[in-house]
Amino acid sequence: MTINEIRQIILNILEDIAPDEDISSIDDNTKLREQIDLDSMDFLDIVMELRKRFNIEVPEKDYEHLATLAGCITYLQPLLKDRLAAS
Amino acid sequence: MAYDAVIIGSGLSGLAAGIRLAMFDKKVCIVEKHTVLGGLNSFYVRKNRTFDVGLHAMTNFTPKGVRNSPLGKLLKQLRFSHDDFRLCQQHMSEIRFPEHSLRFTNDFEFFRQEVADQFPKEIDGFNKLVQKILSFDELNLNDEKILTSRAILESFIKNSVLIDMLNCPLMYYGNAREGDMDFYQFVIMFKSIFVEGFAKPLGGMHYILQLLEEKFKQLGGELRMGAGVTSINAERGTVKSVTLENGEQLSVETVISSMGYVETLNRCTPALKETDECETGQVSFMESLCVVDREPRELGYDKSIVFFSTEPRFDYKVPDEMINVTTGVLCCSNNFDYPEPMKEGLIRLTNLANFAQWDTLPRKDYIAAKKHWRERALESVFTFFPDFRDNVVFLDSFTPKTIKKYTGHLNGAVYGSPHKIKNGKTPVNNLFICGTDQGFLGIIGATLSGISMANLHVLRK
Repeated sequence: MTINEIRQIILNILEDIAPDEDISSIDDNTKLREQIDLDSMDFLDIVMELRKRFNIEVPEKDYEHLATLAGCITYLQPLLKDRLAAS
Repeated sequence: MAYDAVIIGSGLSGLAAGIRLAMFDKKVCIVEKHTVLGGLNSFYVRKNRTFDVGLHAMTNFTPKGVRNSPLGKLLKQLRFSHDDFRLCQQHMSEIRFPEHSLRFTNDFEFFRQEVADQFPKEIDGFNKLVQKILSFDELNLNDEKILTSRAILESFIKNSVLIDMLNCPLMYYGNAREGDMDFYQFVIMFKSIFVEGFAKPLGGMHYILQLLEEKFKQLGGELRMGAGVTSINAERGTVKSVTLENGEQLSVETVISSMGYVETLNRCTPALKETDECETGQVSFMESLCVVDREPRELGYDKSIVFFSTEPRFDYKVPDEMINVTTGVLCCSNNFDYPEPMKEGLIRLTNLANFAQWDTLPRKDYIAAKKHWRERALESVFTFFPDFRDNVVFLDSFTPKTIKKYTGHLNGAVYGSPHKIKNGKTPVNNLFICGTDQGFLGIIGATLSGISMANLHVLRK
């Protein structure tokens, strides 16, 4: 998967978790928590969605890597680079 | 074939837990004893009219876009949009005592001003109390420290009538304990009622429950109605299966039960010694539904909800008589901001009631007693508020006995045991509780309870 595809995956997950939120204006380098009010319950959900969709396990100690969109992409890219984007 | 989780009870907490687990591909089955969804927050039909049970209004109203409030968290966790709940806000509610009245809306500053106007000497203390409440972490699941609220309130507020008036709505809408209230519960209720506020879903509980049921089923969850649990079968401290009333056994990895803490332990085999030490709830209510032939406001009832005491002091406890007619809650369902007026006027009256006295009455006396005590309760209301008896077109009442029958909660205790199990754990490894006895209160609280317990004990494992 390309960086753009991975970025879109995260945005899709955020859109599912926060359907009332405008995710089109999310800045890659600002903490997600500051932009769309994500709390610890939501981070659990991002992790659960990654497990469900891609069978990726994110251990709790790695949650900090998911703080920004850019962080998510950097963290997930090695795990997803050999996968094909979902058809 | 084993289930990842069996959830006992299809009330808000059970449905919410079910949705969370089904959402992440757990094999999950909700078993419900009754033939109707909802548990303590349900509905029933009489003469083609649908009445909500439990729900006067939903507390915790926050507008669309507020995402870190309990309602906001709930919507995110269950993947609903704010619009899905079709919430119609209250107009104005009131706490009415003989000498004072405090009105409140969904704008907290209005209430603060009311306190300042009615109790000018107390406003500084009140503001400090509010500061303490707003900075209190009432949702901490691991906090075992029990603080009772009256002593804390008295350290901020001198006037005991104001303390009673603040307590009145908070106790009526969520206190399982007689006399006093745990402080964290006081904080939950204060925020949910005064800081946030009231709304009603268009279509009532029936609509909300259907919404949750549909989502649960869409996600692949299984729901069995009329399927009471006769036993929860453990081996060496771990549940292996549950047995249903029809004799069927479901093998299971985890059980989340919403039927109450002691009610759950009672069904465990082998029997648990802890069962005898449980404190059971005592607080229950009688409620009368009065359908009237016009809008309640035309009869002088213009508030959404009124918490009243005809006596100068308010005492929240199980009455010595069948019910306590001197204090209660009046709810006019019409006085919410619905897009269109309701078809009929509806005024509900709720009074504290004594379960044991209702439960021991023979059938024929029970019917007569309902009528008698309804009339007594209305007479008391009419010493304080306008008489609407000539405008009543339909009356129905339910009592603690009715609540016990349909919800299975011992003593008809709608708020469960005074002793809450915040982390949901039981003496059995993979058996957890959610709902009333876990300790988050009200419609939103119950739903969050199911979500939190599913997250904590199944998804985060």
